[in-house]
Amino acid sequence: MSRVVVTGMGVCAPNGIGLPEFTKALKNGISGIRFYEELEQLKFGCQIAGKPIIENINLNNYFTNLQLRGLNASGVLYGVIAGKDAWQDAGLPIVSEGSPDWDSGVVFGTGILGVDKFREAIYQVDDGNVRRLGSTTVIQTMASGISAYLGGMLGCGNQVTTNSSACTTGTEAILMGYERIKSKKAVRVLVGSCSDSGPYVWGGFDAMRILPRGFNANPYKASRPMSASASGFIPGSGAGALVLESLESALQRNATIYAEILGGNINSGGQRGGGTMTAPNNEAVVRCIKSAVNDSSITSKEIDAINGHLTATTKDTVEIQNWSNALGLSNKDFPYINSFKSMFGHCLAAAGSIECVATLLQFREKQLFGTINCEDVHPEISTMVDISKIPQTTIDFEPKIIAKASFGFGDVNACIIFSAYNR
Amino acid sequence: MQEEQRYQKLKEIVQIYLPDDVSVDNITMDSNFTQELNINSANLVDIVLDVEDAFDIMLENEDMDGMQTVKDALLIIDTKLAEK
Repeated sequence: MSRVVVTGMGVCAPNGIGLPEFTKALKNGISGIRFYEELEQLKFGCQIAGKPIIENINLNNYFTNLQLRGLNASGVLYGVIAGKDAWQDAGLPIVSEGSPDWDSGVVFGTGILGVDKFREAIYQVDDGNVRRLGSTTVIQTMASGISAYLGGMLGCGNQVTTNSSACTTGTEAILMGYERIKSKKAVRVLVGSCSDSGPYVWGGFDAMRILPRGFNANPYKASRPMSASASGFIPGSGAGALVLESLESALQRNATIYAEILGGNINSGGQRGGGTMTAPNNEAVVRCIKSAVNDSSITSKEIDAINGHLTATTKDTVEIQNWSNALGLSNKDFPYINSFKSMFGHCLAAAGSIECVATLLQFREKQLFGTINCEDVHPEISTMVDISKIPQTTIDFEPKIIAKASFGFGDVNACIIFSAYNR
Repeated sequence: MQEEQRYQKLKEIVQIYLPDDVSVDNITMDSNFTQELNINSANLVDIVLDVEDAFDIMLENEDMDGMQTVKDALLIIDTKLAEK
């Protein structure tokens, strides 16, 4: 079995596009959550959201003019920016002509793709104008459009696919690529996920009344993971991408290694035992974390830090309880824990991949990025975790092992154990 | 509109769909869209839509089937314009 390492990363997040800008934002607690007039006009309760500012990006660095023509799928824009940046960051070539790179694949997830393009198509079809749809409606709106765009741009000849598991999608994609390399079916896999922006993606969550309505005038303060005043998650969007590679190949190429994946696990609570379509079965969450730790051949005490799912709802308390139960650690023994959703909201299908990119940057920076807006840590959380373990600003700390988990609608869970690379 | 003008207008449309290694100078009256200009066959659909918009005409499925070369396209455009 191959050891699997991360050799490249790219990101298109609400608080930063590209690793330098994103790292700077995370270090300094800069929020990417903003007020959107469009949401106000559409009478949304929550009129704030996280959206990457791609207006200043030269899209010709990523797409041909022909590819840009009629392109109206924000998830494709974000995913291609993050994916191509990650590939370049890994120092990997783009296959030009002839055979593809049979050893390189793509697992790039999404929840729903090309929503705005689909809206265009629906209007045309309803007007009896199906003949006017053009040739790219399908590729922009099929879920696997994002892996298809990336696989074609890079010339990947291994498995090219898209996974979808709600808010665990990004973390699941990483584990899928990891398994494929570990079992020697691929040498490199570009993994990640993207999520479209806009009212048609976020509207359903607003209707469920799980988004905060009291922060429209105060967007930076709105996403409050682990805080007593948390009142719901802020919808986000964007993409994160990582190049996973066998250790052997990475060493051969003399590539920069961000971290090693020690192991992980994916499971479901089956919507039983307290689990529902929208709430987790706690036993399943605990089992998922425990088996990820076992799979990594470490003990829970070796975990220095956790990047939680922690969406900033009242359920954050339950998540902390689950971590504490799974690891058998509490108070001062509990690892450091943070939630980057405080700075860019809940990027839905893109959440896991963007947050894993941020998690791994902590190894390189030898820092743990602070969680903003939790100055009033929830009293139930502070009975389980010593307050010193919840840094509110970035601290200098050299993590050796970090655990990352994501949970999603459908009662699905994913947990990965990352380690600083040890020769 | 003169014939030369129509040809230029069509060239401008076709140019957008050329692959990176085919230059606009490669376009002649006899160029076959997919075989010689290497245009992705899926993009022929988009060329037809652009032609409809540019010349304010409507092309039928059988018109599209007969549109193999630049000359074919100009002939169909001429016919449609004459019918208007």
